[in-house]
Amino acid sequence: MVKKNWWKILSLLLLIYTVVAGFLMKVPDLPIIHQSIRNLFFHVCMWFGMMILFIISFVYSMKYLRGFNLRNDIIAQQFAAVGTFFGILGYTTGAIWANYTWITDQSQSLGSVLKEPKLIGAAIALLIYGEYFVLRGSFNDIDKKARISAVYNIFAFAMLFPSIWIIPRLVGSLHPGAPGSDTGNPALNAQKDLDATMRMVFYPAVIGWTLVGVWLANLRIRIQLIKDKSLINE
Amino acid sequence: MNKILSRLLLIVVSLLSSNLLFAQGADSFDETMRGSGKIYVVVAICLTILIGLFIYLFLVDRKISRLEKEGK
Repeated sequence: MVKKNWWKILSLLLLIYTVVAGFLMKVPDLPIIHQSIRNLFFHVCMWFGMMILFIISFVYSMKYLRGFNLRNDIIAQQFAAVGTFFGILGYTTGAIWANYTWITDQSQSLGSVLKEPKLIGAAIALLIYGEYFVLRGSFNDIDKKARISAVYNIFAFAMLFPSIWIIPRLVGSLHPGAPGSDTGNPALNAQKDLDATMRMVFYPAVIGWTLVGVWLANLRIRIQLIKDKSLINE
Repeated sequence: MNKILSRLLLIVVSLLSSNLLFAQGADSFDETMRGSGKIYVVVAICLTILIGLFIYLFLVDRKISRLEKEGK
């Protein structure tokens, strides 16, 4: 039993470490961000987790299209669902963080924050994934549903990269990591701002949160497999 | 599964016990939990929520395992 479930316990231990070290460690004092840099262990990890879950979903969609095994379709669907959930959490936490760093301390107008390319891009990516579930719901034929939504999932994954990674870097953004942010918002420069001690918490935090996502998806997949048992012949 | 839960409990207790060692004597514990920043209180609350959520997840996991066995 423990042999099979070791990664669940590992995720708990990593997150206990994240919370304890994330709140108590000394952090570099950056302008504007100050102590809120600790959000790196929570807000940023949501997006990392989302990316990894979407990659898994994408791989299973391709596996489905290779052999048309409905089991792979169920796995792809549930990983996409948990990934979207992580994305919504990342978006919400980002909104809170931006409220206190961009609007309050940097006196950006609400208008310039609403025009923020990273926010719009992330919203587009999440809406595309939302459409995946709408699409799934609109079919009666199970095989057709699985086939078309698998193709759509591959498209959604391909759209993820321009909308959240490429475009915000091209047009400049208030978000750390963008070229325009050097003057306004301090960027998370891996060499300068993200010092070695922060990385020692950040990477375990990413692994911990991702494992929680995998666990949630695992539970959802098993429920769906019990529900659809009559459809899947193994 | 009970084995896992008991081991988990052991890990949590051992983690907490190191905390108690760190806070020897009432004075220093007062400094940690009642100091000006009170950040340790936030840590304690977040850990409680985190551990509570994980126990809940384990229970749901066990329930699904039982359903899987029934179906076979």
